[in-house]
Amino acid sequence: MTRIPLRPLARILAARQTGENPDEIERDNLAARHEVGRDGLRERAEGRLLALGLVFLVAFVTVGAKMALLAMSDPAEPKAAASGTQIVAARADITDRNGRILATNLSTHSVYAQPQHLVSPDVAARELARIFPSLDEDRLYRQFTGSRKFLWIRRRISPEQQDAVQDIGEPGLLFGPREMRLYPNGRLAAHVLGGASFGREGVSAAELVGVAGVERALDDELRDPGRGDVPLILSLDLTVQAVVEHVLEGGMRVMNAKGATAVLMDAGNGEILSLVSLPDFDPNDRPSQVAAGKPSDNPLFNRAAQGVYELGSTFKVFAAAQGLDEQLVARDTLIDTKGPLKWGRYSIRDFRNYGPTLSVEDVVVKSSNIGTARIAMMIGKERQKAFLERLGLFAPVPLELAEARTAQPLVPRNWSGIHTITVSYGHGISVSPLHLAAAYASILNGGMKVVPTLLKGAEPAGERVVSVETSRHMREILRLVVTRGTARQAEVAGYHVAGKTGTADKPKRGGGYHDDRVIATFAGVFPANDPRYALVVVLDEPVETSGPEPRRTAGWTAVPVAAEIIRRAAPILGLAPDIESPGKPGVELAQF
Amino acid sequence: MKTLFYLVTASAVLALAVWAYRQNYETQARLKDVDGMHVEIASLRGRASMLRAEWAYLNKPERLEHLATQNFDRLRLLELGPGNFRHIDQIPYPAPPALAVSLEGGDE
Repeated sequence: MTRIPLRPLARILAARQTGENPDEIERDNLAARHEVGRDGLRERAEGRLLALGLVFLVAFVTVGAKMALLAMSDPAEPKAAASGTQIVAARADITDRNGRILATNLSTHSVYAQPQHLVSPDVAARELARIFPSLDEDRLYRQFTGSRKFLWIRRRISPEQQDAVQDIGEPGLLFGPREMRLYPNGRLAAHVLGGASFGREGVSAAELVGVAGVERALDDELRDPGRGDVPLILSLDLTVQAVVEHVLEGGMRVMNAKGATAVLMDAGNGEILSLVSLPDFDPNDRPSQVAAGKPSDNPLFNRAAQGVYELGSTFKVFAAAQGLDEQLVARDTLIDTKGPLKWGRYSIRDFRNYGPTLSVEDVVVKSSNIGTARIAMMIGKERQKAFLERLGLFAPVPLELAEARTAQPLVPRNWSGIHTITVSYGHGISVSPLHLAAAYASILNGGMKVVPTLLKGAEPAGERVVSVETSRHMREILRLVVTRGTARQAEVAGYHVAGKTGTADKPKRGGGYHDDRVIATFAGVFPANDPRYALVVVLDEPVETSGPEPRRTAGWTAVPVAAEIIRRAAPILGLAPDIESPGKPGVELAQF
Repeated sequence: MKTLFYLVTASAVLALAVWAYRQNYETQARLKDVDGMHVEIASLRGRASMLRAEWAYLNKPERLEHLATQNFDRLRLLELGPGNFRHIDQIPYPAPPALAVSLEGGDE
C-alpha cells in the first residue's frame, strides 16, 4: 500500500507561494485517509452481520422444520417396546387374605340414544319399554321426539339385554363400553367393601368411584393406574367372614335382636379377620342412603365401626387393669362393695348384693358396679382419662373404612367425679365395638397396643399399654369370668376363652334409660394362655324367650352367640383345640 | 479394473437396497403382529377377569354351603369343628399289610 504523505512537498511549496495555509492540505489528506479506513471497517462489519444472519436463519429453519414435522406426524406409541410396569386403567381388584376375590370389574355395556338418528321413535320406545320394564314408554317417546340430541337409556345392561336392543335394529340406539364393579360374594362383607358407582361419565368410558367402606377410603389407591393389576389384599378371611355372618344372623334371629355386630381381630397386630354388621345389604345393588326411620336402622349403617354404644360392664376390665398396673390394688385386695354407693345425689347399686367385700378378681368375675367404682375412685379422674385415651377410646379408630373415621366416641364433656364412677362400668361413654375389640386385644395380648387395620401384613404398633404381668393377671381373671362368672356359656372346649360380658340399658332419647331395651356385649380373647384372636359380639335389643320369663342379659344372649362363633371360626383359622392327651396311664393325684 | 469396481459397487448398492426394503416390510409386518397380540392380550385379560369373577361367584361360601347340604347324602360333608382335631396318640398306626396268601397251590 502506498502511503500518501500528509504534507506533499510540491503542494506545500505551491501553497506557500500562493499564500495559503499549508496546514489545510494536511487536514484534507488526513480526512481522506480516515475515509478510506472507515470504508474498510464498514465492509467487515457488514460481512459479519450477514454471516450471523445466515447462522440464525439456518437455526430457525431447523427448529421450524422440526416443529412442522412433529405437528404433521401422527401420534404413535412405541409399539415394540417391552412394557415393564403395566398401566392398567381399570380399578384394582380387592381380595381377602388368601387371594379370594371380594371385588372385581366386569365389562358390560351401557345403552344410549341419539334421537335425531332414530328411524321410528315409537317402535324404539315400545321395544325398549318391553326389554326394560322399569322404563316408561310414553316418557321415552316424548324424550325421543323432543329436542334432545343425546339420552342415556340404561347405564348397565346384560349381554342378553344388549342382544335384545340390537334386535330392534334402530341406528339411533348405541352402546358404549362400561366397566362395572362386581362383588361376587353378594352380601358377604358388605359393610367392609361399601360399594362403587359411576363418577364422570362419557360415551366410551366411565369412572368407577368408591362410595363407602374400603372402596371409598382407599379410592385413590384403587384407582392408581400405576399399580398395574396388583389387587388390594385385605386382612379379612372370606370363609371366616361367611361363618361369622352365618352364626351371627342365626343368633340375631334366635335372640330376637334388631341388630347385631361382630368383630374378630388378630390380637397381635390388629388385622381384622371378620367384621359383620347386621342387617346388611348387597353392595352390587346398594340401597339409597335415605331410608325412613333412624339412621342406625338403615342396613347401610355399619354398627361395628359407625355405631357408638354404651357398652356397660365390659369397661370394668379397664378399671381393674389400670388398678393392677399402677399397683393400687392386687388381685386379692378386698374392695368394699357395701351398697348402695352414694355420690352426691346419685346412688350406685349392684345387680344383686355381693356382700360387704369382694376381691378385685371377684369384682370383675361377679361384675360389681360398686367395686369397680371404688377402684376407679382410687385411680382418680386424670389418670383414668389418660389410660382410656392411651387405649384409643377417645378418638375415631383409624381404620381403612370411610365410616370408621367419622365415628367419634361420645365422652363426657365435663368429666366430673360421677363420670369417673359411671365410665368405670361403661356408662356415660359411648364407643364403637371396634374400639372395644382393639382395647381388649391391647390389654390381653401381653400389653402391647393394637391398632385395628383391614390391610394384610400389619405390624404391631409397639407401644406398651400395660405390663406383661398385668396382662397375664387380666387374662386369668377373664378366664375365671368364663369358668365361673357371667360368661359361663362362652366356654368352648379346648379353646380356653377369656372374656367379659356387658349388658347396658339403652339411653332414652330425652334422657334416662329404657328398662327393657339393652345392648348386650361379649368381649374376649382366645386362647387365654396365649391370645391369638380378640372377639367382640354386640346384640342390639336382644330378648331370649326360652325360659319362663324373658332374659336380656348378655350372659344369655351375646355369650352363646360368641361361643358358637368361636367354635366354628377357630378351627377354620387353623387353631387346634387344646385336647388333653388321652390314655396317659398313671395315677392321678386325688385331692380331698 | 475400473469397470469391475463400478460393477461391484453397483451390485452392492442394489443388494443393500433390496435388504433394506425387505427389512422395512418385515418390521412393519412384525409391528402389525405385535399390535394384534396386544389386542389379543387385552381380550384375554378381559376374559380371564371374567372367568375369575365367575369362579369367585361359583365358589362363594353361601353357594358352597347350599351345595354341600344338597348333596349331603352323597358327599357327607360336615362343617369343620373342634371335634375334627385329634391328638397324635389317638391316631392308630396303619394295620400291617395282610400277608399274601397264594390261592393256587404250588406244584413243587
